[in-house]
Amino acid sequence: MSVSKEDVKHIAKLSKLSLTEEELEKYTNNLSEIVNFANELSSINVENVKPTAHILDIKNVFRKDEVEASYNREEILKNAPSKDAGCISVPKVVE
Amino acid sequence: MDLYSLTLTDIAKKIKNKEVSIKEVLDSVYSRIEEVEPKVDAYITLTQERAYQKAEELQKKLDNNEDIGVLGGVPIAIKDNICTNGVKTTCASRMLENFTPIYNATVVKKLEEAGAIILGKTNMDEFAMGSSTETSYMKKTKNPWDLTRVPGGSSGGSAAVVSADMAYASLGSDTGGSIRQPASYCSVVGLKPTYGLISRFGLIAFASSLDQIGPFTKTVEDAATMLNVIAGYDKMDTTSANLEKVDYTKALVNDVKDKVIGIPTDFITDGINPDVRKAYDEAIETLKNAGAKIQEVNLEYAKYSLATYYIIATAEASSNLGRYDGIRYGYRAKDFNDLDDLYVKSRTEGFGEEVKRRIMLGTYVLSSGYYDAYYKRAQQVRTLIVENFKKAFENCDVIMIPTAPNTSFKFGAHNASPLEMYLEDIYTVPVNIAGLPGISVPGGFDKEGLPIGIQFISKAFDEKNLLQVAYTFEQNTTYHNEKPTMKEEK
Amino acid sequence: MKEYEVIIGLEVHAELSTNTKIYCNCSTSFGADPNTHCCPICTGMPGTLPVLNEKVVEYAVKAGLATNCEISRFSKQDRKNYFYPDLPKAYQISQYDLPLCIGGHIDINVNGNKKTIGITRIHIEEDAGKLIHDAYTGDTLVDMNRCAVPLIEIVSEPDIRNADEAVAYMQNLKSTLEYLEVCDCKMQEGSLRCDVNLSVRPVGQKEFGTRTETKNLNSFRAIHNLIEFETKRQIEVIENGGVIHQETIRWDDAKGIGYAMRSKEDAQDYRYFPEPDLAPIVLSDEYIDNIKNSLPEMPHIKKERYIEEFGLPEYDAEILTASKYTASFFEKTNSLCNNPKAVSNWIMGDFTRMLNEKEIEIYDSKVTEENLATLISLIDKGTISSKIAKQIFEEMFETGENAKDIVEKKGLVQISDEGAIKQLVEKIVEANPQSVADYKAGKDRAIGFLVGQIMKETKGKANPQIVNKLLLEIINK
Repeated sequence: MSVSKEDVKHIAKLSKLSLTEEELEKYTNNLSEIVNFANELSSINVENVKPTAHILDIKNVFRKDEVEASYNREEILKNAPSKDAGCISVPKVVE
Repeated sequence: MDLYSLTLTDIAKKIKNKEVSIKEVLDSVYSRIEEVEPKVDAYITLTQERAYQKAEELQKKLDNNEDIGVLGGVPIAIKDNICTNGVKTTCASRMLENFTPIYNATVVKKLEEAGAIILGKTNMDEFAMGSSTETSYMKKTKNPWDLTRVPGGSSGGSAAVVSADMAYASLGSDTGGSIRQPASYCSVVGLKPTYGLISRFGLIAFASSLDQIGPFTKTVEDAATMLNVIAGYDKMDTTSANLEKVDYTKALVNDVKDKVIGIPTDFITDGINPDVRKAYDEAIETLKNAGAKIQEVNLEYAKYSLATYYIIATAEASSNLGRYDGIRYGYRAKDFNDLDDLYVKSRTEGFGEEVKRRIMLGTYVLSSGYYDAYYKRAQQVRTLIVENFKKAFENCDVIMIPTAPNTSFKFGAHNASPLEMYLEDIYTVPVNIAGLPGISVPGGFDKEGLPIGIQFISKAFDEKNLLQVAYTFEQNTTYHNEKPTMKEEK
Repeated sequence: MKEYEVIIGLEVHAELSTNTKIYCNCSTSFGADPNTHCCPICTGMPGTLPVLNEKVVEYAVKAGLATNCEISRFSKQDRKNYFYPDLPKAYQISQYDLPLCIGGHIDINVNGNKKTIGITRIHIEEDAGKLIHDAYTGDTLVDMNRCAVPLIEIVSEPDIRNADEAVAYMQNLKSTLEYLEVCDCKMQEGSLRCDVNLSVRPVGQKEFGTRTETKNLNSFRAIHNLIEFETKRQIEVIENGGVIHQETIRWDDAKGIGYAMRSKEDAQDYRYFPEPDLAPIVLSDEYIDNIKNSLPEMPHIKKERYIEEFGLPEYDAEILTASKYTASFFEKTNSLCNNPKAVSNWIMGDFTRMLNEKEIEIYDSKVTEENLATLISLIDKGTISSKIAKQIFEEMFETGENAKDIVEKKGLVQISDEGAIKQLVEKIVEANPQSVADYKAGKDRAIGFLVGQIMKETKGKANPQIVNKLLLEIINK
């Protein structure tokens, strides 16, 4: 499998990135090179091999359902580029 | 001898014995920074004001004969992807250039509780993606051993500050070698602990299943002391291991007589620099002479680690970096037409080239139709690599391999092919894939005088064995005593 | 026109009534000032990590058991990646291929026709924040209080065939979740909401038609009306030779019209993968059995008990037990006045009618169990007539006042004094000789007129039984 320009356009869209024609060319080459390299894995027999879900043998890590104080709103919004009326402000969301 | 050039253990002792005041220590380190930093460019942010304030508090306590902690008054640097409350944490990205966390990472809390003083935040590859610190949006950190070369990465700043005596120790993070490789390039000790030993809470995620925080130090002893402070269960991190507390300084025994050192001959092949190969062979001799048994081990799947790594790490990264969308924090583009335009412009302008490359690669391997071929298969191969190590450790206590196939390279050397740069991680990546601990210890120099690192790997949560072998190696060599030139070599 | 079959599947989202959010210790309570129930974790700040709330698993397992699902012994959480301003991490933690509960069903009853609706799965996930349109600036404001409030998503099989069945299914589900106390089911607050997937196909056709999806319907009426609307629309499109596009419909409840929002050509690719920051959920038989044993008495069991214990007709028992709140209101009221049929009649009659008119729930009504019990006792003791009682109840409903107080205040005590009534009856008989003559000539209706005159004279307070008895005695003398 090799990566096409169309693939790169599609994944750039999914990633919310825009590429110039030149970048598109470059990333297509880069990604193809890396993906071709990664294709070496397809030669390995993985029949009946379970995918690693967690490197540690962990399960059932839970937290108690007890309320703790939330943060001040000023703190929560401190890093927001644009805010209004105690909220983060974004351009109109069109549905 | 200048105060700044002492080890962490020695300076902590001097402070505790009141041979020096904490302020004198800080003065010494900050004046060293003033002198050397213009050449090395390892810090993104310095926090003098807070540091001196903390120094005063600690000194008062000390003068009242109160306990100031194991690291009482010791100045330490933090990689800029570890959250510090009220201090900018940028990940060396334009995206987070002005981001100030509102909470402390668990490791920062632990360090401060142990009396450490934070000097500042260190430079790194953007979002820890890179092996040279060149992808930083902020600055170019130079290798103190040759200012025309890279310090390694992604924790290049953290390695350089310890190497150049601009901190007694520092914290880095290691996803595919980001602690060990720069430690090797800068001739310091770099420890990547077992996945789960140190809380990741507050470490800005690159690849969640691989990331681990660890220390850079001047000696193995210092690494053990740092590990004592930062290791341990954290209820804020689901993947943190709930184990009994271990005193790692107990491992500082110069003795490997009952240790079996595994040598994966098949894995150390062609790509390796002959000087590195030579240093590695000498390291084997050193341990053999110290009484260790040398045992060949098989790591047949280790060579697949790199491909596995670049699939898993980028997949997780593509998801982890989705949150940088210009809405709640971080860079927001100035001009945009609508919401989607805001997303696209903010991310396109806020991320650098390597970060975009990895986000796209990760998006690709997770996208519909490719998941099974890449992501799922990589996780299956990961299982094989884990099993491979388990088996190898049935026959040895600690595996020894070089940290990197080469020594530090010139700036821009790998610009043409990202894949070439990725191949530099071949010896460090298997450890992350298998979640194991690894440590890089100074192991010699190449013909040009550039540092070479030797890496030790142990079973999961067997840091005691790991540190004992590393300590013994260090005690039987002198490389760690050498100081960098701070010159532009040819 | 051909005959069409409608295929409906519902995806129901229920906010779990835990104290805290799914992955942090922030409160889940509704109605707080924007962004005041937030912390670095639920607002997706860099470096933060989730830790699962144990109650979420317990509540989801309860819901699974009560809907006859199989509980997964091994389950995991996954990331669903997409960008939206109400989703701080740009991924929602949900469950993809290994949900907590699978393969259940619930039974519905529409006008006496019983049917089983299959449940494909129930999984846990986090809610998104709230977007508020700022009319002044034209921008959208983001309130993150609801971010990471725990949800279960209950996915039905495409077994539903019409709006009535959909509503019955939702009502049953709502009642079940209320009984379990895992969701407060306040639909108007959005804590229980429903996505409708709907397609039509000519009767006899095997393959499904193209379906549309309508998200976030939060009343039974909206569900009902949307289904009627969308069914008609799809059939019309097909009848006119058009094709149905796989798209999302936005339902305008006020106007009763649906709009196509976006075509799914631009299909989202959510890039699900296992959440590396969370551990698998591995449940033992013991854990599941413990929850099974702690489940409350569910409606169908309660119904049988009502028939047995209170001698209620099946119809009454079914309606009273349909909602936990109604059942509890019934039981408490009856424990105070011990007249099950009367309590049942009141609840099922005037009370329900008035609640529906006001669109409020029984627990939000001003009428308490004590008040209704008092009212019924007053009738039982003959202190007031049932006609007066209706009048009193209306006042109770409006003001929340005690029945006794209203009776006293307004002097509504029933007149049962035979002497006084006799006098009055004689007076009325005397004044209406024509009516008496009509009665004697066989016009039974004339008696009603006379009773009416007497009641009018006493403002309805005369005991009707005594009035009837004395009137007949006097006329027939």
